[in-house]
Amino acid sequence: MLAPMAADPITIFRARRILTMNPSRPAATHVAVRDGRILGAGALDELRGWGAHTLDERFAEQVLMPGLVEGHSHLMAGSLWHYTYCGYFDLRDPDGRLWAGAPTLDAVVAQLQRASAGGADDAPIVGWGFDPIYFDGRRCTRHDLDRVSATRPVGVLHASGHILNVNTAALQRAGFLRSGIDHPAFPLGDDGLPTGELKGPEAMLPVLDHVGLNRSFLSGDEFGIRAFGKLCVRAGVTTATDLAATLADAEVDTQLAITGEASYPVRLVPLLRLIGLKPAEAVARAVALRERSTERLSLGRIKVVADGSIQGFSARLRWPGYFNGARNGLWYTAPEAMSECYALALQHGVQVHTHTNGDEATDLALDCMTQALAAQSAPDHRFTLQHVQLADAAQFRRMKALGLCVNLFANHHFYWGDQHRAITVGPERAERMNACATALREGVPLAIHSDAPITPLAPLFTAWCAVNRRTASGHVLGAAERIGVADALRAITLGAAYTLKLDGEIGSIECGKRADFCVLEDDPTTVDPAALKDVRVWGTVQGGRVFPAA
Amino acid sequence: MTSTIEATVPAIVVGGYLGAGKTTLVNHLLRHADGQRIAVLVNDFGEVSIDAALIEGADGDVLALAGGCICCSFGADLVGTLQRVLGREPPPQQLVIECSGVGLPAAVARSARLAVGLRVDGVVTVLDAETMQTLAADRYVGDIVRQQIADADWLVLNKSDLCDAAALAARRAWLAAHWPATPVVDASRGAVSPALMFGPRRVAPTDGDDEPDWAPRPLRTMAALPRADERFTHEQRRFEAPVDLAALLQALQAEPDLMRVKGWVRALDGRRYLVQVVGRRVSAVPLPAAALPGTDRLSVIRRVEPGVGEACA
Repeated sequence: MLAPMAADPITIFRARRILTMNPSRPAATHVAVRDGRILGAGALDELRGWGAHTLDERFAEQVLMPGLVEGHSHLMAGSLWHYTYCGYFDLRDPDGRLWAGAPTLDAVVAQLQRASAGGADDAPIVGWGFDPIYFDGRRCTRHDLDRVSATRPVGVLHASGHILNVNTAALQRAGFLRSGIDHPAFPLGDDGLPTGELKGPEAMLPVLDHVGLNRSFLSGDEFGIRAFGKLCVRAGVTTATDLAATLADAEVDTQLAITGEASYPVRLVPLLRLIGLKPAEAVARAVALRERSTERLSLGRIKVVADGSIQGFSARLRWPGYFNGARNGLWYTAPEAMSECYALALQHGVQVHTHTNGDEATDLALDCMTQALAAQSAPDHRFTLQHVQLADAAQFRRMKALGLCVNLFANHHFYWGDQHRAITVGPERAERMNACATALREGVPLAIHSDAPITPLAPLFTAWCAVNRRTASGHVLGAAERIGVADALRAITLGAAYTLKLDGEIGSIECGKRADFCVLEDDPTTVDPAALKDVRVWGTVQGGRVFPAA
Repeated sequence: MTSTIEATVPAIVVGGYLGAGKTTLVNHLLRHADGQRIAVLVNDFGEVSIDAALIEGADGDVLALAGGCICCSFGADLVGTLQRVLGREPPPQQLVIECSGVGLPAAVARSARLAVGLRVDGVVTVLDAETMQTLAADRYVGDIVRQQIADADWLVLNKSDLCDAAALAARRAWLAAHWPATPVVDASRGAVSPALMFGPRRVAPTDGDDEPDWAPRPLRTMAALPRADERFTHEQRRFEAPVDLAALLQALQAEPDLMRVKGWVRALDGRRYLVQVVGRRVSAVPLPAAALPGTDRLSVIRRVEPGVGEACA
């Protein structure tokens, strides 16, 4: 007979309202927590039976819901706060300070000038989140950024992550201030010299070092991982993915050390990207990494990237292609490698998430999965398509038939929907992009995401996007694809947890699950759906630990 | 000794769909490097298998290979990787850039030209003779495969030993119908002569002449070519007087069966030019005034039909 263990103390939190996401008792007033897990949610009288407890009333005025789950983000969302925010929209940094959006190029320059004050003579000045599509076609050139500094290198990363603007000093240091350059990624000025706009990785990457952006910033350094944790708390997020990491040993060691700290507030779920590894190596690596998982670092999944982005015209579209006639995009992974990866992953029980943007890429992923699943039955594999922005109803039906999940890029609609309508895919297909309602109607398990730092990490904003489908110009794009608030809230909790095979542990507030809560000042189920994004976040409870945002 | 012309390291770009035999071809070149320091840049180590017998060690992202050759992956940063490779001591003498199986070689070549200190001599696309037409009609990758062919200065029809003569003739006819200007060379197991890939090589004088010489590389690996009816010859063409460069280039462009030409001539403007033919591509690059004394000459590798000209050694 096992000796009885000394039980950890029980805390019962009282809240104004608890939205459990558990359909058999959807609302409660109290939740009992022990060992970082939920003993139960209900009325105080029901929970007293668990024994001696402390009644914690600090959330008496707040609303609790399950800790939010960001199913597609990147640790880089934290790392970028090393640098100066230059976006068009207001944004809060990890410490809660509000950065006002820069409505004009002059405002961006002024923002960078302020940030550069007091820096060393040759220290780079770096900005991010820049989005000149809101500047009426005015393109930024090196001369604009020369106003920030004529001697220090200046670089500004665009919100899309696909373009970098630099000043003359940076261009010179990188060896590109010369005539005779003939490359579409280097637009030239009237003087025959590059304008300083670097359009695409082949032009950006050789310059990054010279503006002080080295590659490690992409994969999350210590500062970035900690900053990411703070961003999560501010957004009510208790579990977040790093969707595509190299996960070298040193990187995993760092993540294990930081997430292992008693004060780290989030469970991270980094996915191993297929790039640079043969499919067999990637699957073996994922299997080995799975064994190193801890309570706050969940490893062992793979990310495959099928194509590029629609706004960058590198996504693979089916007939009739791009609205503006641009040539079709590129495959980022060969179809054979995708098929091989799926087959091996199914054999070894490794879950794969696949980035597809264009509908042809989605077709290919579906074909490859059909083939892999025909060879290897794998019930409940939960392979997930990420972004899947242009999928049509027939493709959602195939996803359902194959047992796939989707994680749609609801935020994209707000930030780039107007451009998709006018330029990339045209009005009709723009209306079906990120078709949440179709996914639900066809029975495909649904999550929605931010792809932070591409758009801000804020699942309640993401839910607002899916519910309202408003673009930045205020246009409702694709009203038929709007979903209800309850569905949207499910998508940012249980829905996203399901795509990570974590729905047995998180995503709802019920007996046995982790004590992960999003603590809100307002009730998202009673506010005007148009105001869902304005619901105030108090902070989180993660594994029973309380993290105030303020 | 670093002469002015060698301060620009020549590069070739090797394209072709997954499984066509690009890496097999690269391995063949490495095995026949013949003392030359070749740097191979691959898009993604996950896609290639460098011959294990050639690997002598690994240092970070760089594989040290036999004979001072190296291999490294460039991922998204081709230009930065090229600059690092060109900055190595000693620097490589020849670059081979292997594209990803779904990459477009002309785009890779265009990006490579952004690096300072190298010269892209040409683009070679490797085709799997068995599967190329199926792939070129494939719903997902057909446009990519056709673009890879269109991008090429010349084509290697690899695995030709796996096709019978009629099938091979049909493949060639299809290529000729769509890309008539692009020469096609048969190969099996990626065995293509370094002389075809890299062009004639500058060697130390051997004939008592005190000037360095452009000479063809040994063509002995031609023996590995499977097609008995496909032979190559090499010859030297000397120029005693300045030439009309435009007319020369035009003549070279029009000359049938030229596979590779490399050398220099003095033009009517008094300057010397590096003249090259790589398949369908003809180019001339001005050389610094002091470079390369001695006779102007072109070293020429031609394909000859059976019964015509000399067989290769």
